[in-house]
Amino acid sequence: MKNIKYLLLRRTVQIGLMFLYFSANAYGWHILQGTFGSSLLFGVIPLADPYTTLQVLSAGFLIGADVIVGALIITIFYMVVGGRAFCSWVCPINMVTDLANWLRRKLKLDKEEVNYRFLKRRTRYWIMVLALIVSAIVGIAGFEAVSPITIMQRGIIFGFGSGIAVVVAIFLFDLFGVKNGWCGHLCPLGAFYSIIGKKSIIRVKHNHEACSNCMECKVVCPENQVLHMVHKDSISVTDGECINCGRCIDVCNDNALGFSIRDFNKNKKS
Amino acid sequence: MKSSNNNRRKFMATTLQSVGLTALGGLLWSGYCNEAKASPLVLRPPGAIPEEQFLDICIKCGLCAEACVNRESNKNRDGTKREGTLKMAKGGDHKLIGTPYFIPREVPCYMCDDIPCATACPSEALDIKYLLNKKDELDITRAKMGLAVVHRESCVAYWGLQCDACYRACPLLDEALTLDYQKNERTGKHAFLLPVVHSDVCTGCGLCEKACITEKPAIFVLPREHSMGKAGDHYVKGWDKIDQQRVGDRKLNEIETHDERSEKAPSDYLNREIEY
Repeated sequence: MKNIKYLLLRRTVQIGLMFLYFSANAYGWHILQGTFGSSLLFGVIPLADPYTTLQVLSAGFLIGADVIVGALIITIFYMVVGGRAFCSWVCPINMVTDLANWLRRKLKLDKEEVNYRFLKRRTRYWIMVLALIVSAIVGIAGFEAVSPITIMQRGIIFGFGSGIAVVVAIFLFDLFGVKNGWCGHLCPLGAFYSIIGKKSIIRVKHNHEACSNCMECKVVCPENQVLHMVHKDSISVTDGECINCGRCIDVCNDNALGFSIRDFNKNKKS
Repeated sequence: MKSSNNNRRKFMATTLQSVGLTALGGLLWSGYCNEAKASPLVLRPPGAIPEEQFLDICIKCGLCAEACVNRESNKNRDGTKREGTLKMAKGGDHKLIGTPYFIPREVPCYMCDDIPCATACPSEALDIKYLLNKKDELDITRAKMGLAVVHRESCVAYWGLQCDACYRACPLLDEALTLDYQKNERTGKHAFLLPVVHSDVCTGCGLCEKACITEKPAIFVLPREHSMGKAGDHYVKGWDKIDQQRVGDRKLNEIETHDERSEKAPSDYLNREIEY
């Protein structure tokens, strides 16, 4: 039987968090209130999305202190835990794009990632900066006005309306359009967390001696450029674009991959 | 040498294309956002800062809407939870997505004393400084969510029928909404009881609109910038001592305001027909 330990854990965390957010509105629970934009943990601790906060600030207005404090807490948390752990353990869109990706593999829609001239993995960094410029020009948080992430989250909590179309669009884009199109190429929030988590501590570590070069990990990895060391070097994945999803660990039959604390010494040498 | 020139040309072309496409994306994105902002006929929760700033600073977290729907008093008579006043704009609502608003004729604002929505706001898009009275206490009657407007032609009280549903529903009865008694000349023996809204007191809660008995409410709440005029600084109520203070010690014959018209003599522009 295939090992799906981290996949199950991740889905539990994702769905559990969404359920807590949903219950705050539906049943008045005080565990996790609000949405990603700004939340309240246990009714006391403020949490806020640092990228949204940056957009609000770049539009030229000052925002409440609770949001600033919340954004700092989240920034520090993901700086330590691994920036894009948000993407794979929290973000609800991840479930949509994972489903699209899984279907894509089952339907054998394509094996190779096509190299589009102007849709590269670095495109998201352009979009990340562009969102801040748009916010400054228009005077509202630019990405928040279109973000499928919070549209989906608010949809789950307050009802979707026609916002469901955005979620379906992302699913279709990832299934029939570009492989890993949204999360791997376009999403500016993922780009932002890539940068925040560049020096994070929890990392996937590769053991080159145990590796049998089956390449299962590279097939399943949504950001497989970060696994460049597989069957070459025994080092940690240091790239900020790794989403810490642990799928590579699940599919590895050789125990050559596993979560560990970042190996700072080895990285300096290589 | 030649290949390095080619490389440079290729690099320049790619850079130019990237920048160009980014600019294109930026234009489309900005254009969309600018349109998405334009939803003027929207009523915001109490304490909302001016709309232009509200659209940016509101972080779209929904804590206000959650506080509204989960407040203690929001119960039906059988104890089940009612629908909250505040909605979060979703796709298809034609408001900036994720911002809170309310539709009084569906669910009006019940003006809770503790103002759970405004006190829940982490971004200060709902700012309690607009909701403090002179004693620095929270006071929901300070809210200015909108202003009720009466459409006389469809209001049956203006027809001479007896209806005071809006007046009775008003939480600031006899302050925000008063009844003006007039004689009904048509019958010669009845009175008109005419609802009149006072904009300095009305909070825009919309309980009157919800209570209105006509098919489409004859009294309804509009955002204040759409339901109020402005006389302008150059009009002074000379009979009002406080307003007269604005004049200071200026003299009648010392004209300080200069515009296109004041350059001309009054005889140049008075007694002329209106130019279209």
